[in-house]
This record gives sequence, C-alpha cells and structure tokens, in this order.
Amino acid sequence: MIPASVHYHRARDLTEALELRQAYGDQLRPLAGGQSLLPALKLRRDRVDTLLDLGRVTELSYVAYRDDHLAVGALTRYHRLLDDPLVDRHAPLLAMAAAAVGDRQVRHLGTVGGALAQADPAADVPLALVALNAVVVLRSATGVRQVPVAELAVAPGVTVCRPDELVTEVRVPLPGPARWRYLTFARPALEWSLVAVAVADSRVALAGMGPTIRRAYGVESALAQGAGVAVAAARADEGCDPPDDARASVAYRRHLSRVLVARALTDPGTTVEEPR
Amino acid sequence: MSIDARPGTTTVAVSATVNGRPESRRVPARTLLVHLLREEFGLTAATVGCDTSSCGACTVLFDGRSVKSCTLLAAQADGADIRTAEGLADGDRLHPVQEAFREHHALQCGFCTPGMVLAVVSLLAENPGPLTEHDVRHALKGNLCRCTGYHNIVRAVLALDGARQAG
Repeated sequence: MIPASVHYHRARDLTEALELRQAYGDQLRPLAGGQSLLPALKLRRDRVDTLLDLGRVTELSYVAYRDDHLAVGALTRYHRLLDDPLVDRHAPLLAMAAAAVGDRQVRHLGTVGGALAQADPAADVPLALVALNAVVVLRSATGVRQVPVAELAVAPGVTVCRPDELVTEVRVPLPGPARWRYLTFARPALEWSLVAVAVADSRVALAGMGPTIRRAYGVESALAQGAGVAVAAARADEGCDPPDDARASVAYRRHLSRVLVARALTDPGTTVEEPR
Repeated sequence: MSIDARPGTTTVAVSATVNGRPESRRVPARTLLVHLLREEFGLTAATVGCDTSSCGACTVLFDGRSVKSCTLLAAQADGADIRTAEGLADGDRLHPVQEAFREHHALQCGFCTPGMVLAVVSLLAENPGPLTEHDVRHALKGNLCRCTGYHNIVRAVLALDGARQAG
C-alpha cells in the first residue's frame, strides 16, 4: 500500500512553514513524525493535496523549564519524553503516557504536536496533557494564541487550529501534581487504548470514551464532595459517548472506564510498565 | 516567495547515507522508505510484512534509532543516516547481534530477522541495561515473529546484555 499521489514540500524552518500555511491554508497538511498520518494515507482513509514536511523544523524540538510551566516543542519526539530529566522531574505523568504509545519504533518518530493535531480520542500523550491542564500554543505568521489542550480537539481528527496556524508548543503548568496515575487498557496487538485514564491531583481525564478526550467531571465532583473511590468511580462514564465498534461495545467501554478510574484512584502500584 | 496554484512537487530528490555510502535518487513524493531501499537500492533485507506499522519486519536504523520503513516517506529520510541489515557485518565478521542470533538460533524462517536484529541493535545502543526478560519482551513488542520463535530471540538479547554488563 502506498499513499495516493501527493505534492510535497519540505519546510526550511518555522518561518517558511508559517508563510506557506498563510498562503495555502488547508491545501497543505503538516507532516510531523507521520506515525498516524502515513498509515491513514496508505489506507486511503485520509487524502491530502500537499504534505508540508516539518522534519527540518528542528527549532520546535525541545523541553524547557520556565518557572511556571514546562514547555515542550511540538516536534519533540516521544522517546525524548522518556529520557528527558526535566520531564522526569516536573511531568513524570507525561513520560508514563509516552511510554504507552505504540512501540519503540513509533516512539522514535512520533511527536507531541503531531498527536495533538491528529486529535485521536484514544491518544495517550494528549490524555496526560488534558489531566495536567496543559495549554497548547498555536502560531501563525501574524500572531500567536493559547488554547487549553482540553479544548483543542472538537471531533476525531478535527481541532480548532486554523488553516494558517501550526501547533508549536505545549505548556504544562508547574508545579505539577503531587499525585498522578496513568492507566491504559489495550489489546496488545492493536496498540491503541480502548480506554485510558490519567489522574493528576483532583483532575481525572479519560480517552476512548467519546469523540474527544474529556475530563471525568462526575468523578471529580464526587471526590470534591468527599465521596469514596467506589462512589466516585461509578460516575466515570457520566456524560460520555463512547464509540461502538469492532474492538469494543459501548457497554464494555463504560465498564472499563469505571474499573480503570477505580484502580487509578486506589492502586498506586499500577502504572504502565515499559522499558525505555 | 512566489505563490503558485499548488505548492510542492510530485517528485522529490532524496540524498541519504545508506550503510555508510552516500546515495541520491529522485522519486515520487509518495514513495515509502522501504520501497526506496528495496527497489531503488536493491537492499531487500527490510521486508514488507503487515504494511501497517505493526510487524516491524521493515525496521531499519534512522540516525541510529529503529523505525518502521513502511511508515516513513523516502523524502523524510533526506539527509539521514540509514542502516539496513546489509550494512551491519564488517566483511565476513558478523555484527555482535547477528552473531548472538546465530549462536542462540534466534531465527526460524528468517522473514522477521533483519528487522528484529536492527531493533535489538537500537535497543542496546539506547538502553545501557541491565535488561530483564520482561524489558526485552516489551522493547521488542513492535517486532512480530510469525514462527513465534521469541524464546531464543530473547535469550540472544539477554546473552548480549549479560556479556556487556560483565565486560
């Protein structure tokens, strides 16, 4: 399988990439690591007119500590999150989520910004970023704005990123949570989570439970009112609209969300284990 | 910058170092790296198994790190250092990972072997160990052996890791 015929342009740097976005908008599809986009193009589930390869925009690959937030450049590859001492110290939840992505080969190419732009409702790193209350930076040739990661995706594959913008950075507020968990349930051969949960202090976020990653507000409010784990976890799927597909039924996903939230709130020993 | 009706080109020049040698080709933009390697350069060790980024038979080293060459455009490899299984041995002397696979009989039909070997080369280069059996199995989850010959593959990797820890 090969993608349908495409035009291709390799951006020299961020300035040129933003100029091209302004000139051509949605005619261009940014290509970061390509680990979600290329499979979709090969299967012809997605079509693009022109690929704008951001592989040379190395200025967007960084992790930086900036007092009140940890900044992660959009083109930072997953494997870097597993090895970076700043991530390890300030946002270990992010490293846990990155460890759950695909396999080592995928993590060697896939990027944080690519995952955010792809807006997959089962994505690991965006899930952790929602729980961490992170903010994404969207830049165009004429300006820059910040959007909470929780408000970036509006539907599978659809974000509020405008045709002239690029995802350039994500900012994790500091100090980070005192307590965090990351739990995913996936069929090993399929890689993508059926359901995953990330907990950061009082925030609980779920992946795989609707068209976008979402906060489990029912659980959060129950905990805020002093409810125990069992009562709070029973509200995990409140307001959720999980998909019904070949991989799992709606009822099974709802069940998984309640079980995973209960485990995440009670069992400190259960985290994703993945060697680096 | 001139603004044409359509940016970009349908073919792209790719220059990369492949197994230590500089190579250049102009290929259609949609060409996958595995096809550039197999069909243009005649390097057929990287095989197309699942073609969906699951099986790892197409694994090559991209600037030293394992990647799936069926899920990378040839154009993305421009300027990169690519190594395939053909580029591992030093003349008649096998690479230590190849030697360990031979020693522990870590292959059956051989289809997954080039990708498996390169995944191990990348793992050992990036992870100083010591590695547990669990570590090795998880680290190789992106490489499937349809003969299910995993036991000896894991033994080979653990033997390599044990030797370097002792050495």
